[in-house]
Amino acid sequence: MSSTDTPIGAHPDMLGGMPDGDKTDHFVAPYDEGVSFDELPDAPPKARFRLTLTGKIGAFFVLFWFFIAVFGPILAPYGENDLPFPDAYSEFQVPQAGALLGTDVQDRDILSRIMYGAGRTIGISVLATLIAYFIGVVLGIGAAVSSPRVDMVMSRINDAFLSLPTIMLGLVVVAAVGSSIPVLIITAGCIYASVVFRLARALGQEIMVMDFVEAAKARGEGRWWIITREIWPNAAMPLITDFGLRLIYIILFVSSLSFLGLGVQPPQADWGSMVRDNLGALQYGASVIPVLAPALAIATLTVGINLVVDDISAQSGGKLSKRL
Amino acid sequence: MTDSPNQNEVIFEAKNLQISAIRDDGSELPIVKGVDFKVKRGEVVALIGESGSGKTTISLSALGYCKPGLKFAGGEALLLGKDVSKMSTDELRPSRGINVAYLAQSAAATFNPSIKINEQVTESPVLHKTKTQAEANEKALKLYHALELPDPENIGDRFPHQVSGGQLQRLMAAMALCGEPDLLVLDEPTTALDVTTQIEVLKAFKQVIKEEGAAAIYVTHDLAVVAQIADHIVVLYSGEVKESGPTDIIINRPQHPYTKRLMNAIKPLPEAGQGESSSDEYLRKDPALATKDVDAGYGGLDADGAPKIPVLRDINVAIERGKTVGIIGESGCGKSTLARVMAGLLPAAGGEVLLHGETLPPALANRTRDQLQKVQFVYQMADTALNPRQKIADILGRPIEFYLGLKGAAKRQRVDELLDMVELPRQFADRYPHELSGGQKQRVNLARALAAEPEVVLCDEVTSALDTIVGANVIELLKRLRRETGVSFVFISHDLSTVSNFADEIVVLYAGRVAEQGSTDKVLSPPYHPYTRLLVSSVPETRIGWLEEASQTREAKAGVSGAVKLTKQGCPFFERCPLAIPGTCETIDPPQRLDGAGHIIECHREVSELGG
Repeated sequence: MSSTDTPIGAHPDMLGGMPDGDKTDHFVAPYDEGVSFDELPDAPPKARFRLTLTGKIGAFFVLFWFFIAVFGPILAPYGENDLPFPDAYSEFQVPQAGALLGTDVQDRDILSRIMYGAGRTIGISVLATLIAYFIGVVLGIGAAVSSPRVDMVMSRINDAFLSLPTIMLGLVVVAAVGSSIPVLIITAGCIYASVVFRLARALGQEIMVMDFVEAAKARGEGRWWIITREIWPNAAMPLITDFGLRLIYIILFVSSLSFLGLGVQPPQADWGSMVRDNLGALQYGASVIPVLAPALAIATLTVGINLVVDDISAQSGGKLSKRL
Repeated sequence: MTDSPNQNEVIFEAKNLQISAIRDDGSELPIVKGVDFKVKRGEVVALIGESGSGKTTISLSALGYCKPGLKFAGGEALLLGKDVSKMSTDELRPSRGINVAYLAQSAAATFNPSIKINEQVTESPVLHKTKTQAEANEKALKLYHALELPDPENIGDRFPHQVSGGQLQRLMAAMALCGEPDLLVLDEPTTALDVTTQIEVLKAFKQVIKEEGAAAIYVTHDLAVVAQIADHIVVLYSGEVKESGPTDIIINRPQHPYTKRLMNAIKPLPEAGQGESSSDEYLRKDPALATKDVDAGYGGLDADGAPKIPVLRDINVAIERGKTVGIIGESGCGKSTLARVMAGLLPAAGGEVLLHGETLPPALANRTRDQLQKVQFVYQMADTALNPRQKIADILGRPIEFYLGLKGAAKRQRVDELLDMVELPRQFADRYPHELSGGQKQRVNLARALAAEPEVVLCDEVTSALDTIVGANVIELLKRLRRETGVSFVFISHDLSTVSNFADEIVVLYAGRVAEQGSTDKVLSPPYHPYTRLLVSSVPETRIGWLEEASQTREAKAGVSGAVKLTKQGCPFFERCPLAIPGTCETIDPPQRLDGAGHIIECHREVSELGG
């Protein structure tokens, strides 16, 4: 812009007769006659999803443990209850050739038991999370599209479940029915369904008031179409992100039950029960590895899932992390 | 502020100002690409441009502020000679409210609802210790007078919800000016207001800025507003200055093609005889859709069967086949509610909605698929009206399949035809809504309504959220669609200019009642309903000096300060009406005055009295 000392525009009337360009500071950018300014360009394409460094570290641990969960029993050097040193009667042997992480309270190979336990801990948790999701999402979205009265009844019942401490509830059920893997899966699934219910209902209600849902209703669409085509695709992404978080809670829940002796029963291995069985190593053992190794396995898996979920929710606008 | 204002003193200067957005991967995307302009004392500089032009970003740089995710990338933003773009928040704090003040678009969001107005207006200078509370109160009182607020002595004791929107907007100006800043930044301060309110606010702003000798940066997309208030205009496009100069030159002799394009997109003033009417071949005299004595409202029904929050009372409107009916009125007059009642989204509390003379069930759920197909609704915001997880082909394909039963290739072919019809490339069928621009989304939104092959399309403010040029293109499209399809459109808008060059007939709503209806030419020429006259005279002209003339008219003087409220009886416009007959208008429902050819004015005055 040219700068002159001419006072400009104290009042528009003053400018009425001024010639263009010389005394006033009229500026025109260079232009190309051919360019039309009809509409602004298309919206830019959305940024591609990318994991950050922490996300990559998390993904590495998650993939690693899921790989072990599937192939652990094949790759493990010993059987679950085999003794690497059948002749030596001693517990808590230090790591050495033949038992890379040492042996546990009954002289079994810790590495092998962790590899067997991975499948059990992860398998139980994933199945339980799927059950929690199935029940929670179906009922939650169902409540969101139902009449206010039905929604109220369902929500209050759910609130009652939510008010019970999860571990206590789990303990009571397992103590009453007896512990087996199917009981564990169903118990964990049902307990965590109430949390999923709340999230799915909130998401469903948020989407229900959008204009495109009203447009579908105005078109005359039935409830099933609205749930499956209008609401579910929009609720799926945040719910999938939450799936990871819920999986962490269920892993910790199942591990806690095992630690308390009500989860996976001996001689089967799972990480929670391994921590408990080997607690004596802290007092009498030569190393802390019998306790530390399964605990680290739980920690790396859950933190790994968390890092991946953080990345996903940050890139989907951070809305989810705010809601959780 | 100095005692002897020096007209040449530069208050703010942007020198090659550059601002970038920071992407997730850390790279920078330039938003503002080297902008230069100056604001001198006593001068109002307008930044104009469409959304994405960077005008708000540039105006905020005067406060040394960048929105989150943006950063100053180069150049200088000099406020009173100091480069605020390089100062920290702590360094900036003393100058904010004293050297520079900001007026946001929404006054309702700026005021704290639980603190009395005066306390908020005087807070800044008291906090900065430039004034004692008594001095600040005195200054505020002066400003209330200058801004022509009603009851200036006591208005400060009210809470924000106790004054009208236009008054709150002016009080926000008082808040900004109380600290006597050197520079005032106004971001679209009248865009959200109705035209009748806009006049009073503009007039007050202009006068106060002049009296206070402050400089101002005025951000807007509305050239007509700029012509009234600015001394100097900076035209922005995609973060670059395309043209800048004194208002007179930019408005009357623009040179850059973009400025010319903006000027061309200005809607002509609402006048009789300019509109393009529907072609005769589709016209038939029987109404496609009609309402009979419709009452509606929200909040459930009370004991008498009337809605707890009434919005509409005794609405009689008929939409003839192949015709376009514009429904206009200020915000809160019930125009969207009327469209929702017609579509069945809000069941009417009383009266009936007729399709081809047959009574439609009031609620959506009871209407047949056939009835639903014939009346389609187009939402204002394409962003929320299109499912973000469905491709355009699915969005358009569903009504085709649902109503017409077409599947597979036949459906796809119809989708292609619809895309052609709304002038979008066929390959858009495979895109998601977020991959389209605002104007393109609105076209898809229209195409979805047309996909049902309806008889009546209800358009609710479909151009209001769009930029000037994009909105003008959508109107052109609607005109073409009407010619080609013979569909009746109901076009709801608060913008009389848009409606007048598109509609065959206009219905003027005021506070939930029809004030006037008839052919566009009849409604927009005398005799007028007093409210129509106020509306017509309030549409800003892109002409320097219009504001001064318009605010002198009888209508503007009488009409400015009343609030819209629905009355149980009588004419709701009574309080604002310059022709009101006390004792009659507020107690007795106005009779329908007939002016021939279906032109109806609901007023106690004779048609002959409404002429001049």
